[in-house]
Amino acid sequence: MSDGTTKERPTFTAPRAWISYRGGLGMLMWALHRLAGLGILLFLSLHIVDIFLLGFGKSVFNELLGFYRAPWARVMEVFLLFGVLFHAINGLRIIVQDFSPRTWLAERKLVILELVVLFVIFLPAAWAILQPLFGG
Amino acid sequence: MATGRRRGGGHRRPGSKGFESWAWLFMRISGVVLLFLAVFHLLWMHFVIGVDNIDFDTVVGRWSNPLWRIYDFALLGFALVHGVNGLRMVLEDYVRKPGRLLAMKSVAYVLAFLLLSAGAYIIFTFSVPA
Repeated sequence: MSDGTTKERPTFTAPRAWISYRGGLGMLMWALHRLAGLGILLFLSLHIVDIFLLGFGKSVFNELLGFYRAPWARVMEVFLLFGVLFHAINGLRIIVQDFSPRTWLAERKLVILELVVLFVIFLPAAWAILQPLFGG
Repeated sequence: MATGRRRGGGHRRPGSKGFESWAWLFMRISGVVLLFLAVFHLLWMHFVIGVDNIDFDTVVGRWSNPLWRIYDFALLGFALVHGVNGLRMVLEDYVRKPGRLLAMKSVAYVLAFLLLSAGAYIIFTFSVPA
């Protein structure tokens, strides 16, 4: 698909290539780590704004907090919980592997261990958050 | 500096003493700090107190102790700088046009500065009503 010039343009990558550049579990973790990080940054920005509203007094602040009490906010809360737990545990694995390069040889085992720890914490916590939506 | 091949691999700390090198180190140090500050904050607020029970008086109660203000400021600072540096790395990976990259990074830094200022302002100037 060369147009005869030497100018390099990034070639179109099919959706399949997005998940298979290096492929496997390691790249999936890398992508999720970035996605979770960006999501947390977005929530952090919102959270700074809502806390800043404290300055407008009790009634304004309490009224605007109703925003977080809607049923859909609980669903978003579960996403936030997953994102923070994933980013924290996966980040810890990356740090361990960076400072002890030998452990990269066991990356797959560490990822599986990480996911077990993640879901042991996440699943009961998510259930606790969502329970009121089901009349609990 | 030739250190030879590393067994296994890893994200080698880039360069030595340059900006990227310190950014690399900062992400790991702040990551460990946030592992405690952010995860504790989230678990405490969502499972011990509960989002539905948080209101103006909850914050008044917390911030009547200056140590919680320092805690919250540390959390704000580490989280925001860690997050914006992460955003910088993502932008540098995906935005190919230099002009657009500079523009997007500038917007990100200005927004981050405003958010950090707003957060720090409310944490340290909020006075508990009598």
